[in-house]
Amino acid sequence: MDIELILKVYPYFLEAAVVTIELSVLTVLLGLICGALAAAARMSRFRLLRIIGAVYVSVFRGTPALIQLFLLYFGGPQIGIQLDAFEAGVIGLGLNIGAYMAETMRGAIVSVDGGQTEAARTLGLSRTQAFRKVTLPQAMRLMIRPLGVNINAQIKGTALVAAISVVELTYTAQRYIGSTYKPFEMFFLAGVLYILIITVTGKGISYLDRKVRLP
Amino acid sequence: MTEAHKFVDIRHAQKAYGDLEVLKDISLTVDRGEIVAIIGPSGSGKSTLLRAINDLDSLTGGEVWLDGVQINKDLPYRQYEKHINAMRQQVGMVFQHFNLFPHLSVRDNVTMAPKLLKGLSDKEADKLAEEQLNHVGMLERIDYYPSQLSGGQKQRVAIARALAMQPKLMLFDEATSALDPELVEEVNLVMKRLAEEHMTMIIVTHEMDFAASVCDRVIFMDKGVVVEQGPPSVVFQNPTEERTKEFLRKHLAQHHAQNAAEAAALTAAQTNEGAK
Ligand SMILES: Nc1ncnc2c1ncn2[C@@H]1O[C@H](COP(=O)(O)OP(=O)(O)O)[C@@H](O)[C@H]1O
Ligand SMILES: [Mg+2]
Repeated sequence: MDIELILKVYPYFLEAAVVTIELSVLTVLLGLICGALAAAARMSRFRLLRIIGAVYVSVFRGTPALIQLFLLYFGGPQIGIQLDAFEAGVIGLGLNIGAYMAETMRGAIVSVDGGQTEAARTLGLSRTQAFRKVTLPQAMRLMIRPLGVNINAQIKGTALVAAISVVELTYTAQRYIGSTYKPFEMFFLAGVLYILIITVTGKGISYLDRKVRLP
Repeated sequence: MTEAHKFVDIRHAQKAYGDLEVLKDISLTVDRGEIVAIIGPSGSGKSTLLRAINDLDSLTGGEVWLDGVQINKDLPYRQYEKHINAMRQQVGMVFQHFNLFPHLSVRDNVTMAPKLLKGLSDKEADKLAEEQLNHVGMLERIDYYPSQLSGGQKQRVAIARALAMQPKLMLFDEATSALDPELVEEVNLVMKRLAEEHMTMIIVTHEMDFAASVCDRVIFMDKGVVVEQGPPSVVFQNPTEERTKEFLRKHLAQHHAQNAAEAAALTAAQTNEGAK
């Protein structure tokens, strides 16, 4: 392994890692918002909203994320959506992970014991009050770890935007292979940085999970 | 409202799940301050009837009235929600599995609804929680979480939570069925105390001794109908209906078998102790 080469190029990889982190944060935030909206839609008492939620989830989970990205970035201009590669990456992957997160959130919500809502309603709480005060706080605790799994997948998933030339870790590794002909070193370095990001995030999620755990 | 009305008035209650008729045209009334036990075999519709009273399960036919107001009114969704939430505030309910809110302390379990629905300040709510918990002997556990309590303690907190809304009527659905035998008495004592304070109560139970000692009236249900009702002394000692007699016979036999098993277990444990 060419350690010298690694020492020479790693600052550029660190810069690229920052872009990967930015992509991760933004896609996860967008995903959480879309996920929450879609989960709410899927559990709405209005049929139309339920259908919209279900269609969103099955479309984005039923097609490759790469196709979604290509469609948005290359196909977008054809229908008047002009986005730069980074924007397309954030929106495309954010919508994609949102569909998975919607299912995670819904799963956590429905797994809260139905007796909880009953007890709240019996006291006179409205549907909304019972949800806000009783179901949601319990569901939030249940969804931290599975959302962590979604987030883990999403961090790695940001590598896809290399395909639309966003200069993040994977793209950077590929570019340096072109000039150095050392794929092992370049992918190794990128891999190490991914592991670092994933590990720190994982620790953060475990911490959060412990922090809100009930006695 | 001016004419004399029954406090709780169930008129021709019917409930069906598809073809399965769970309640078959049940009519009954309960007076203010009266304590009524509902007994009957499992699956006879006791829970369904109880849950119909606060519309946790909606009837497919018939009416439920509380203190001159119809609970299961036919109203548009939003209006009905408002109406039923107001009605439910007047009816406390205690479940077999407690259904305490695990993410809230004992205090917050008791104060959440009064704060949210009656606009009590933190201070007022704390005072209320202390009073209610003291009443059920759980004051010293006010800052515990439900998971840190025994079943009997959980159920006492659940009763305090219901009482904190100052209901006119309390419904108990097998409040002691999920408890270890040695924890039953502490919950029964709380219910007895409520009875002495003339709370109107409808109690679904398998405990005939408790029903006999606390209730003014016993209702025997089977297969979705009220078979027989009357004072405990009559229903338990002198039932007229064959189905009631048979139920009580079976129940008594089970009860004896259980007692015998417990006694045997106790003897075995003592023998083991002696052997050590
Ligand atoms: N949600 C439901 N769907 C279908 N059948 C139900 C439902 N809830 C209760 N039942 C049926 O209604 C009958 C009466 O139930 P229940 O009122 O719980 O009886 P009990 O409390 O006397 O044991 C039972 O046969 C039960 O299987
Ligand atoms: Mg029952």
